[in-house]
Amino acid sequence: MTANGNKPKFAMYWAASCGGCEIAVLNIHEKILDVDANFDVVFWPVAMDAKYKDVEAMEDGSILLTLFNGGIRNEENEHLAKLLRRKTKILVAFGSCACEGCIPGLANLCPVGEIVQTAFNTISTDNPHGIYPRTSYDVPEGELHIPKLAPILRPLDQVVDVDYYMPGCPPESHQIAAVVDLVIKVVRGEAELPPKGCVIGVGDSTVCDECPRARNVKSITEFKRIQDVAPVDPTLCLLEQGIPCNGPATRSGCNARCPNVGAQCIGCYGPAEGVLDYGARLISAFASVIDAKEPEEIERILDGIPDPVGQVYRFNLAGSLLKANMDAWRVKAG
Amino acid sequence: MTDQFEPTIIGFTCNWCSYRAADMAGTARMKYSPNVRLIRLMCSGRLDPTFVFKAFAGGADAVLITGCHPGDCHYVEQNYKALRRYLLLKRVLAQMGIEPQRIKLLWASAAEGAIFAAEINKYVEEVRALGPLHWGKSGNGSKPIVPDEAKESRTEVPA
Amino acid sequence: MTERIGVYVCHCGTNIAGVVDVAEVSRWAGEHLAGQGVVVSRDYKFMCSSLGQELIQKDIKELGLTRVVVAACSPHLHEKTFRNACASADLNPYLCELVSIREQDSWVHTDKSAATDKAKAIISGGVARVAHHEALEPLRVPIHPATLIVGGGIAGIQAALEIADAGYRVYLVEREPSIGGHMAQFDKTFPTLDCSACILTPKMVDAGNHPNITLLTWSEVVKVDGYVGNFAVTINKKARYVNEELCTGCGICWEKCPWKVTDEVFEAGLGKRKVIYVPFPQAVPKYPVIDAENCAYFLKGTCKACEKFCPTDAIDFTQKDEQITVEVGNIILATGYDLFDVRRIPQYGYGRLPNVYTSLEFERLSNAAGPTGGNIVLRDGKTVPKTVGIVHCVGSRDQNYNPYCSVICCMQSLKFAHLVHERTGAEVYNFYIDMRTPFKDYEEFYQRLLAEGTHFVRGKVAEITDFARTPEEEGRMIIQVEDTLIGKQRRIPVDMVILSAGLEPRQDAKEVGKLFGLACGTAGWFIERHPKLDPVATMTEGIFIAGCAQGPKDIPASVAQGAGAAARVLGKIQQKEISLEPVRASINEQQCSGCRICNGLCPFNAILFHEDRMVSEVNPALCQGCGTCVAACPAGAISGTGFSNEQILSQIEGLLLVNVNGKTTEAVPA
Repeated sequence: MTANGNKPKFAMYWAASCGGCEIAVLNIHEKILDVDANFDVVFWPVAMDAKYKDVEAMEDGSILLTLFNGGIRNEENEHLAKLLRRKTKILVAFGSCACEGCIPGLANLCPVGEIVQTAFNTISTDNPHGIYPRTSYDVPEGELHIPKLAPILRPLDQVVDVDYYMPGCPPESHQIAAVVDLVIKVVRGEAELPPKGCVIGVGDSTVCDECPRARNVKSITEFKRIQDVAPVDPTLCLLEQGIPCNGPATRSGCNARCPNVGAQCIGCYGPAEGVLDYGARLISAFASVIDAKEPEEIERILDGIPDPVGQVYRFNLAGSLLKANMDAWRVKAG
Repeated sequence: MTDQFEPTIIGFTCNWCSYRAADMAGTARMKYSPNVRLIRLMCSGRLDPTFVFKAFAGGADAVLITGCHPGDCHYVEQNYKALRRYLLLKRVLAQMGIEPQRIKLLWASAAEGAIFAAEINKYVEEVRALGPLHWGKSGNGSKPIVPDEAKESRTEVPA
Repeated sequence: MTERIGVYVCHCGTNIAGVVDVAEVSRWAGEHLAGQGVVVSRDYKFMCSSLGQELIQKDIKELGLTRVVVAACSPHLHEKTFRNACASADLNPYLCELVSIREQDSWVHTDKSAATDKAKAIISGGVARVAHHEALEPLRVPIHPATLIVGGGIAGIQAALEIADAGYRVYLVEREPSIGGHMAQFDKTFPTLDCSACILTPKMVDAGNHPNITLLTWSEVVKVDGYVGNFAVTINKKARYVNEELCTGCGICWEKCPWKVTDEVFEAGLGKRKVIYVPFPQAVPKYPVIDAENCAYFLKGTCKACEKFCPTDAIDFTQKDEQITVEVGNIILATGYDLFDVRRIPQYGYGRLPNVYTSLEFERLSNAAGPTGGNIVLRDGKTVPKTVGIVHCVGSRDQNYNPYCSVICCMQSLKFAHLVHERTGAEVYNFYIDMRTPFKDYEEFYQRLLAEGTHFVRGKVAEITDFARTPEEEGRMIIQVEDTLIGKQRRIPVDMVILSAGLEPRQDAKEVGKLFGLACGTAGWFIERHPKLDPVATMTEGIFIAGCAQGPKDIPASVAQGAGAAARVLGKIQQKEISLEPVRASINEQQCSGCRICNGLCPFNAILFHEDRMVSEVNPALCQGCGTCVAACPAGAISGTGFSNEQILSQIEGLLLVNVNGKTTEAVPA
């Protein structure tokens, strides 16, 4: 990548996330050349070598655009979030993890100690000496540090001020390309930025808006896992077939990718515009269309959703109103 | 005021039944605990689970949802929708580590002022026994709301 | 914060001020809620007095208030008062919020400090909420002057005549071939013993001939669209197979029809009728119907006797059901009742013991126009009973069946006792739980029966059996009962038993209710708007109920309700338009994904789905404002005026601002 001091600076960072967002950026194909042509990439650990101290040395606000993906799970994540916030004009919470916690956010259902236990001391873990990570360790060369874990995972905007949100797990490449185009136009003075706080690279409705499946008035007598429905009607609304599809509550913009290929929407694009709590929307919607009046019958139907939090908050738990399980909240510093 | 724990409970009422039951309890000067603050909705069917999460996140120790008796809904059958949401909501709250007793659904007709008052007293005692929830402070969902320990300190992983 | 909010704390004499420290509350609100936009906070002895209202109005004008919070009594009491006060100071009335610190606070709490803290919390909630209020206008809708009346019994007929006489169009829909209802089946009416037909027939004829009444018999409502003032009702006119234009009602067809079937409806199964028939001679309209299920022509393709003999060629076997749509502004449901099915109490022997009769059967048996010509005889058609037992409360006041009192059974049973006594001289036993004769001249009728020598046994009949224990009981029916007045079990042999069956909601009341957007109570009767003060209106604007559809009642009460419902309808027609509270849902079309979650949730069919644009839309005139769809919309695309998410969420924040111990927590984020 060429360095050019006159071009606006671009950064991308990967906090608590899987790395899929980075792949999605690369997946915009030749558009990536436009990024290179129009920006001076100053910090992008997955693509190029750079040191934190180089970033720290930059002038505040000198980076025009940072795509920050991943949630804030440890002190390193938090440090980078604050650092990049300081150095960046336009900070984008990029991808579901940064926007609302995503799958790593589901760890907020457990106290952090339990997570570590599970990772290092279950029968599937090969750890015969019972070695656990330590935040500091003395070696002959000196003291080594690894970042401390926070009690819960927080989306980016619970730690720093965020300018724009770009949801998706990962964001669809065509949406990334469109956003890149937009920013380039803004840089050239050909377009204006949307109001701060906007969700960008998305549609203005929910997934059903882009879903080609036929739909009717809903009346659900049974919820089933998709693998238990045989055969799945390829043309009918999945929810009407008893499959808890999160499409009705999930922001459009992905072209209904999952329902189009026969899988239910699991909600990676997050809530629709103005929605305060994504899971609440689904709880209310699913429950409303249950066709039963007796509590026992309603409970029987609800048994078809064995993990309600996993169903309605798969991507959104850390960004929800409650954010984490009570036990995770109550963790004291250890 | 003694040192005993005074829970704060947010109560959602239906304009046509339980709100009138509350009015009736008042008119009849029936006494009950001052721990419940009521919000008037047109119908228990208006109850959005967001309101419940908001109340807990904002510091309520419990949430009381009230509506017309099954079959008596002013809007024909919207209270059944409230019932279904309540049952699913309860399951979600349980997974979030909130004791199931911290949310309660009560059917109360406009004529049942006495029952309404008695149920509130009973419920306040139940919640008092559970102790405070302390979910955190009120916020609008987009700003960081993290308990002090989460914000200021890091958990050191067990060695 | 751009809103300028005024807070007004009412003392309500000592009603509030006796428990809540109103001065402190007012001071606190002015100080601590200034950040939320409170620019003035006052307390006053009676906010609802004209001086109190003037205080608010003066502040609106002088301080430029944009929002008002009144902390006083329940909004159900004075919301209108304070809204009007604001309106007359040129502030939109919906920008005022009345919060209750009386019914919900001072009247129900004794701890003064806790009550004062709670008042602060309630006001804080109101202030947070009012900032999100919107200026609204009441919805005005025109009223179509025509009225639909469903059910042509006495209540429906009365209502139809009242409205038609006032000069407005009425569509009177009746499911059976003739209007008249249950009353047409009766012989005598209590307590005066007038002949039922003699007093009913003139009204039926009036209704049939009235230029403003369109009679739609042998018809049923299948669909109701629209809303108060503007209903479009689809009615299915079942095929009569008789051309009403040509038929003169001469009666030759039913005379010549060679086929007879048991008449389960009008004759309660006791008598027979022809296959082409009018249910009774005085039927209105006079046109017969062909019972296609039993007609030889429809079954075998032959006969056509009626067609051959009809002098005006009015028989038309090709007739089909026809659907018509009428536009009306109001609807009265006078759909009546069903008789309790006495077979549900097997120990009373109905169906097994031939001489056990239902009350309706007895009405036909004693009716001069009935199958026996009014002779009270046993099922063999000739034996006159010597002893008759009349059982009250069959299926009523019974936890196993219907817990309610059916109202008419005591008086009906007394009437039966009198008729039996008068016509047969038989000995009559009435078995009752309590004798209920509450209305005009009813008790006198009871006294008359006592004087006639009728035996009254106070006790619930346990069993009616033909299993004889003594020679005297042989060949008779024995009524086993505990006579609670003498504290003894008795076995009373009788020849005939009449079961005074209770009244039940129509079998299809629930479906009918759904069609019209009405709810049924636990017993199944349609629910009135207020059990005492608004008994003929319902929670659905523009839909009224009258007669037994609302609950068991006798003829005078049914007539009164029919007339009452008519008066309510006429009042609406005279107003020409009505104002509706603007609490309504609306859908942001852009955000709506057309998922159709909300479509089935509205009991008032206010949500339509546009297949072409794949979006849903709320019809504000049909919407009743419950907010269920608002809460259910997964896309957050539905909002509700008056009770918006912002209003409620802010109120929650406001209420939680002061915890019960009175400590002010952090300020509500602006």
